Parts: sequence; structure tokens; C-alpha cells
Amino acid sequence: MTYIAKPRLHHPSLEKNKVGYTRRDYEGKVSTLCAGCGHDSISAAIIQACWQLDVEPHRVAKLSGIGCSSKTPDYFLGASHGFNTVHGRMPSVLTGAALANRELLYLGVSGDGDSASIGLGQFAHAMRRGVRMVYIVENNGVYGLTKGQFSATADRGSVSKKKVVNNDSPVDLVGMALQLGATYVARGFSGDKAQLVPLIEGAIRHGGAAFLDVISPCVAFNNHEGSTRSYDHVRAHNEALNRIDFIDLAPEVQSSAEVIDLRQSDGSVMRLRKLHAGHDPTDRAAALAVNQAMQAQGEVATGLLYVDPAARDLHAALGTVAKPLNQLGEAELSPGAAALARINAGLR
Amino acid sequence: MSVVKRIEAVNDFVVKFANVNGSGSASANELFAKAVLRMGVPVSPRNIFPSNIQGLPTWYEVRVSEKGWLGRRGGIDMMVAMNPQTWEQDLREIEPGGYLFYDSTRPLPASAFRDDITVIAMPVTAICNATYEDPRQRTLFKNIMVLGALAALMEVDTAVIEKLFSEQYRGKERLLESNVRALQAGASFAREHLKPPIGLRVKRADAVGERIFIDGNAAAALGCVYGGATVCAWYPITPSSSVAEAFIGYCKKLRHDPASGEARYAIIQAEDEIASIGMVVGAGWNGARAFTATSGPGVSLMTEFIGLAYFAEIPVTIINVQRGGPSTGMPTRTQQADLISSAYASHGDTKHVLLLPQDPKECFEFAAAALDLADRLQTPVFVMTDLDIGMNQRLCEPFEWDDERRYDRGKVMSAAELETGREFARYKDVDGDGIPWRTLPGTHPTQGAYFTRGTTRDAHARYSEAGPDYVYNVQRLLKKFTFAAALVPPPEVRAAARRTRLGVIYFGSTAPAMDEALVSLEKAGIPLDAMRLRAFPFPASVNEFIDTHDQVFVVEQNRDAQMRQLLVNELEVDPARLVPVLHYDGTPITARAIAQSITRRIHQFAVAPAPAKERTR
Repeated sequence: MTYIAKPRLHHPSLEKNKVGYTRRDYEGKVSTLCAGCGHDSISAAIIQACWQLDVEPHRVAKLSGIGCSSKTPDYFLGASHGFNTVHGRMPSVLTGAALANRELLYLGVSGDGDSASIGLGQFAHAMRRGVRMVYIVENNGVYGLTKGQFSATADRGSVSKKKVVNNDSPVDLVGMALQLGATYVARGFSGDKAQLVPLIEGAIRHGGAAFLDVISPCVAFNNHEGSTRSYDHVRAHNEALNRIDFIDLAPEVQSSAEVIDLRQSDGSVMRLRKLHAGHDPTDRAAALAVNQAMQAQGEVATGLLYVDPAARDLHAALGTVAKPLNQLGEAELSPGAAALARINAGLR
Repeated sequence: MSVVKRIEAVNDFVVKFANVNGSGSASANELFAKAVLRMGVPVSPRNIFPSNIQGLPTWYEVRVSEKGWLGRRGGIDMMVAMNPQTWEQDLREIEPGGYLFYDSTRPLPASAFRDDITVIAMPVTAICNATYEDPRQRTLFKNIMVLGALAALMEVDTAVIEKLFSEQYRGKERLLESNVRALQAGASFAREHLKPPIGLRVKRADAVGERIFIDGNAAAALGCVYGGATVCAWYPITPSSSVAEAFIGYCKKLRHDPASGEARYAIIQAEDEIASIGMVVGAGWNGARAFTATSGPGVSLMTEFIGLAYFAEIPVTIINVQRGGPSTGMPTRTQQADLISSAYASHGDTKHVLLLPQDPKECFEFAAAALDLADRLQTPVFVMTDLDIGMNQRLCEPFEWDDERRYDRGKVMSAAELETGREFARYKDVDGDGIPWRTLPGTHPTQGAYFTRGTTRDAHARYSEAGPDYVYNVQRLLKKFTFAAALVPPPEVRAAARRTRLGVIYFGSTAPAMDEALVSLEKAGIPLDAMRLRAFPFPASVNEFIDTHDQVFVVEQNRDAQMRQLLVNELEVDPARLVPVLHYDGTPITARAIAQSITRRIHQFAVAPAPAKERTR
């Protein structure tokens, strides 16, 4: 992490979005990750997506666990509150925060060690509950901050920088998220920003638990020959199922052999250009099947695998009031002395 | 029976019911206790149950005490022995001159009894089998028939029990009628065959007053409702589960928007204790009042998060209903053995606020107070109850709430305050109490945002591993903790009737037994000044109390004298001044045990110096 803030000098000609912010207003501190780290590209994609969607920076809460990926919330959205929690436990903290104030956008950033190893349980249960959030795993198959141990998402047979072969089966978070009930499941690649930015935008617009697995090569420990998470390997084996052309508040919705328009609960329409014949992104079982079929061929399915455009979230399930819980006062929370006298009377 | 006189006692005795778990005995036993209470005589019932749903032995002990002693007394005057598995053990517990009530359907040899007790035989199973066809009714009404018989034997007014039935079965007339019939059948049998009354009798009195009868877990849950908790995240664990369950029940009744019907609360049964505390931390960080309820093993799992909440300064309320440890320990038995693991939970240098309620009334008050203190101090606050208080109904003063009371939300800087240009430095001590100001996420477009982390930071929340930044921060945390001593509920001191150089310190569920022991010790010529601790950190008055006494007994329910350790450690008291009085077999401490232990220790102090020749080596 860093205490170096970027200079706040803005060029007067910088373009502003509808809420009056320039792209620079979405930046954070200078990254201390290695030069060329995929995670920095993801941070840039988050900045781009938030700016394009006119998200007010201070209405975002950024939460993360521990590890290289979990440091990144300090490097974007400097005007947002951030919380670097404990290893593998970001999902529970995010859940509690989301319960306290349903009006903010919750952005959870985690890594493959954080979510697929120590935090696998919390990852799973947050998906089950349908917490409204954008949950991004920056997946590099390796523990970077402790210098190159395999993580639980490393492919079987993958070779480490120290020439160790990984014998364990990988945890596939996309497959798990699909099974556990996430309502927006996508996979991206940090080397393909054109694909990644709209995937993040679609997740921001989503009304339930949105999960993004972003393959993000570790230039220091997992970018060599024999790694299945290197830039070269992922570029060669990345098979996009579709591309999100745009996300807008479009009134018209169309559907054809090439495109499908999906209207999410906030009214925005996401136009999806199909690249893989026959994949219906609203069919959970089909998403599981195509994900596994491609894995079996050594390919990595990317794009929007599944979305339930009308997803409900945890607050809907709990029936909580519209006003954020953290803004309720004594009048709304304390039943009062008269009610207590009745309770006392019933206890005699 | 020829030599031992049978016990004669009105409104002052102990009845114990020995049953099989899952046989429906609990509700009948509770009716007995409530009926006595309704006759104006204080009772204190205690459930002694196994970690089991069906089949293992379970007991229900009811102390009837017009004088109002609510602690366990020790010894049993009447055993209602309905469980053959525990017959021998149950028989042994009866005081000489006491009574045994048993189901005589199957004859027992004379050798199965004692000759110094009164044996009351009722063929309960045979009567039930003759009366009812349905096997389920046979079991259920057996308990009610016993209740009827006991009422006749002890002169408990059956009309009072019928009134309780009618409250319980409102709108279910058939159930009401069949219960009344079983009750009357039991009473008639007793009147005809068992020669009532026996020496133990209940007589109407006026010793209950306005007091209420509730368990501590429900009281703590209600305290959380009144205290403004909006988020509860929990994981089931005995003996704390009923805190969350009661919170669910009270919220359903008291916390829905009258117009829309929407919930003004969110309750999550998490996947484990780590997730429950994580959710509480997240909610607290985001400005909602949040709590979890757990027991020792849960606190063990939560310690990493508790350390984070301490270091990153996030309000957290934890209701720790203690049970017997370590490990799975005695999950259905009581202890006060999590003091140290809660007070110092987490790696690194940490200290946490503990509140120590003595009864359901204080469970209610301290739960609400904990939510205020957590917000004020921006730190974890524990409400340390135990199974004895938490899961047993206890007579206590009625709950009180002042509608003028305002929640203390602590130092939260608003958008308007930020607009005035007031400096915001998240971890800076600007007021001299060690407590910094915080902002909530989403407050202001350009000011007040900061990054919360478990790593070291400077006063402006910027990552720093510089020694001076670290030291400033942890010293400020210590200052805050010292300041907390002035905010927590102060100890209660009771001076003995005569001047004494001896004192006693106690806390929590020990209180009712201690109250009684103090009176009996004073009668025996051992007056003691008493201090009931109600919180940690200790205010200066604790030090003064210890200083002004030669010896101070510290009475607690754990093996390692954990409160004594905290006192020695935090106040730097000479350990020789603090004499441990310990009880830790999983049963609630008794007045007899306290009085005996203290008396024995006093006799030891009084022993004359050993002869010179023995002291020469």
C-alpha cells in the first residue's frame, strides 16, 4: 500500500460525466503493485466503468480481504470509503455493510487465495444470500504477496516459477457461483479491457449478487512457460461467449440471432452480442455446461455466462424498509415505555 | 425414618424434578414454578439439561423462598424421581428428612429406598394407561397428573394452575379442558391415597410484588431492540441461540413499519461465528447498531475480527452467554470462564470492555448500554452473561425505559460538519479522551473518505509502518480504554453491618447466591463488605475497595480465578490480598458453598503461628 497521493491537478479540458466528475476523480493513490500487474488493469477498468455509468464516487463502498488484489481498492475511487478487512472474510463484512445501508454500491475486491482458499466458505455463502454487490476476484492462480505459492485456482499440471507441478484440482469460482445462486456471473481477462469494462458495468447495474472472475496474470510469479495464467496462455485460450455492446437506459428491447437485449431491475438495458452459437445467458444450467465443456478442452470461457436480469437481493428477501437501517432513529427503533409496561405485565 | 424428623417448611424448600429429556416434562415443571410464583411466593427454577434432544436425563430444580433467595441453595427437600436411569443418584441427593415422590407402577424392592426420607408412591403410568388410549397423551398427561398430585400434597392452589392453563391454551378449548381434567385426576388421587399435606407447603404470600419472571437471553434480546440494534448476525450455539431467537420474536412484534409492514431490522443466521462477527463489523463500520450472540467457542473463532474491530475502531456488541469450557467443554452447563479470553481477545496488545449483568434486568439494561458504549468508544463491547442467567427464568425487577433517552451514536462527523471546514483525521485524538472522530461511507462527495484497515496507519488513516505512528495509535487506544472505566456501569458496594477488614468481590450470576451467603456469614459472626463488579475496565473505586481491606475474597465460577487475574494484572494488586473462592463443576454456585469456603479460609487465617522448631528450616 502507499501513502503517495496522485497530484490533484486536473486539466481543464478533461471531459466530465453527467454527475460532473472527470475520469481523474475516480482514481486513487499510486499503485504499489509490480509494473505490468494485471490487477492495475482491473483497477483502470473499474475507474472507467464507474465514470461511464455516472456513479458518484462517494456512493461506493470498496471492501477487500488480504493480498495483492485486496490492496487495489486504495488505487481507485479515492473519494470512496474503503475497508481492507481480514484474509478471506471480505464477504461477511460487505454483507453487514450492505445491511446497514442499502443505498450504496458495494464493490468487493478479492483474490484467488482470498476467495478460493481461506475465504471459500464466505464466498459461497455471500453468493447464496444474494447480497447486492459487485464481487470481483482478481484471479492469478498464485500467492503473489508471499512470493509465488500456488493458490487453489491453479490448474492441475500447471508449473510454478520454481518448477513445482501443481497436483491439486482447481477451484472454479465461476462454476461455484453459478451453482450457489449468484445472479450475474461473468469471466473477464485483465488483458482485454474492451470486454472487461462493460462486464463491470453490467454488474454495477445488476440488482443482486454479481460475480466477476477476472484472470489477471501475475507478472512476478506466474507469467512463465507452463503456467496456465500467463498473458500468453490466456490470450491463446480465451474463448469469449459474447460481448456487451452497450448499457443504457434504452426504451426499446430487441432480440435476434446475433444480439439479445436484457433489461435489468434498475431499468437499464444491456445489449449482448452473441459470439458462441446457442449460448443463452439467461440459462443457468447452460452456463454451467458451457463453462465445463470449455474447461475440458483447455479453453477459458469469458464474457457474461449467466444473468438473471430480474434478480432480487437480500434486502428484498428480508423485507427491510427502504430507508437505510443506519439512518433510523429512536422513534423508529425503540418501542417505547408504554410497550415495555405491557411486556412487563405479560411476564408476571 | 424413625430417628430423622421429616422436614417441615412453609414457602422455603427445594423441589427437584428428575425427568427424561424430550418427555414433555419441561412445561409441566415450569407450571409448578409459575403457580407458586402466582401465589406470591418467589421461586428460582433451574434447568439442568444435557446436550441432547431425547432420551438423556434432565432435571428441573425449583427453589421456593418467601425470603426471596434466588440463588441455588444446595440440597434437595423433595425429589420427584421420574427417571429410572438416575434413580440412585437422585435418591442420594435428598436431604435427611426429605421426601421422595415416584412412579410406583413397577414395584421396587425396599432396598431401593432410604429409611430417612418420606416416600410418596403414585402409580402414575398405570393411572395414565387406564385413562388414555393414545400413547402420546399417556406421556404428556403423566406430567400434568404429577403436577396435580404435587399441588394437593403441597397445598398449591389448583385454581392458579388452571388459570395458567387458560392463558396458555387461549382459543384451544379442548386442550385446556383435557389438561384441567388430568390435573384434577392427579389431585384427587393424592387427596384420596397420599394423605396430604406433607411437611413442605406453599402458603399464599405477598413477596413477589411488581417483579417479572424472564430468562436473561430474552431480556438481552429485548435490550437490543430497545437499544436500537438493527443488524443481528448469529450462528446457533448453546446456550446463546435463544438470544437471537428472542430478538427475532420481539422484532416481529415491535419493529415493523406500521404502514408498510416492512422490517426495521435485518437478521442473518450466518454460516459460522466468523461470518457473524464479520457482518457485525461491516454493519458497525457503516453506522448501524449491530450485535451477535455467542458462547465461548464462538468467541474463540471470532478473535481475529475482534482484534480488527479493536484496532480499526469499529463498534461491535457481543453477547457472550458463557458455558463450561475449554473446547466443547460442558455445552449445557454454566461457568464464568471466558473472562480472560474475552477481555484480551485477539493477537497483539488488546483490551476489551466487558459488562457483567447479574440478572435479566441487567441483561436488558447492559445490552442497550453496550450498543451505546460500542458507538461511543468505537470498539467491541462484551455483555458477559452465562447459562445460569441466560437460560433460566429468573425473578427480577421490571424493565424500565425512559422515552426521553437518546442513543449515544458517538463521534460521527456529518456532511454539514465536514462542510464547515472542520478538520477530519480519522485516528487523531482531538478531544483528549483517546476517541477519534469517524465518518460513515457515503457522507460527503469530497471530504471525509478514508481507508479502514487492520494494518498500522497514521492519524489520517494513511498506511504507515513508522514506529512513532504505531506508538501514537496504540497509546491512544490505551487512553481510550482507561477513559472507558468512567463510562461503564460502576460497581455496587454494600457495607457490612459492623466494621470489618474483610471484603468480597463478586459479579454476574454469583450475585443471588452471594446475597444469601453474606447474610448467613454475618449471622455466623463473619461480616463482609461486598463489591459487585459490573464492568471491566475497573474504575478507581475497585482499587480503593481492595486497599481498604486486609483480605478480599474473589468469588467466581471458573478454575483459574480469572477475575482475580484481571484484578491483579490491571490494578497491580498484591496477589496475596485477593483470596480466590472458586466453583466450577458446571452447576450454578450455591450460597452454602460460598459461606463454607469463606468460613474455612477465615479459620485458616486465624490459625496460630506454627511452633518455632518447625519454622527453623
